[in-house]
Amino acid sequence: MYAWLWRKLPGRPRTRALTAVVLLAAVVAVLWYVVFPLLEPAVTLDEVTVEK
Amino acid sequence: MAIPWPRDIREYPERMRATLRAVGETSITAGLILMLFCAYLLWGTGAYTQSQQLLLKRELERENAGKLDRIELGRAVALLRIPKLGRDYQYAVVEGVGAEQLKKGPGHYPDSAMPGQTGNFVLSGHRTTYAAPFREIDELERDDEIVVEAREARYTYRVTSQDIVRPDEIEVLAPVPGKPDIRPIRAFITLSTCHPEYSAAERLIVYGVLKETEPRKE
Repeated sequence: MYAWLWRKLPGRPRTRALTAVVLLAAVVAVLWYVVFPLLEPAVTLDEVTVEK
Repeated sequence: MAIPWPRDIREYPERMRATLRAVGETSITAGLILMLFCAYLLWGTGAYTQSQQLLLKRELERENAGKLDRIELGRAVALLRIPKLGRDYQYAVVEGVGAEQLKKGPGHYPDSAMPGQTGNFVLSGHRTTYAAPFREIDELERDDEIVVEAREARYTYRVTSQDIVRPDEIEVLAPVPGKPDIRPIRAFITLSTCHPEYSAAERLIVYGVLKETEPRKE
């Protein structure tokens, strides 16, 4: 998967590395700011109220 | 795998290697994403709480006058200080204990008493996520102070005891905690959070009783 991605990236190794870092940052940002906030309510490890 | 296995058995090792590599890379990626999600839960969620706390504290400073009997959900109730948990320990208490409100800070049960009132002032707060305001309330011992700075006065409660209860034992919310049939003649405070840490199995409860009231000087 990663080897395939590396082959698909254009340019010299340096350009590729830079593109890879940017792509990684973008993926992390989408997870952190979009996906995780949507998933978070499903995680009930911090239920604090007492109720019937 | 969409690609068919090769006819020639001598090509199997190469195919096997590719498959194993794909499985390995996928697993490692999934693991990294899970770790990142844990980091988000523990620290990422706190950023929202911090920003909301600033707003709530500003709200408290602005509306300094008079006592409010009823506060809208999501609005600031009072400032909570627990000296035992550090000199900087102060959280704005928000009205309501729904998921949305608890993300902003410790929440006040709307049906329970207001600060200093006869009855039970009941608060719930997160222990691991969303800045975890109640992470360390298990360290509170008898006679430790819980200070509630409301708009009209500063109320100092002293801790009386701690308990661990099932999540549905609503008796702890009663005007006299644990004794739903008795009419209160004193002002109590009750804090609840999850127990054990990182679990929703039980609730940790800290009880206190009002010790001192200092009206705010204008």
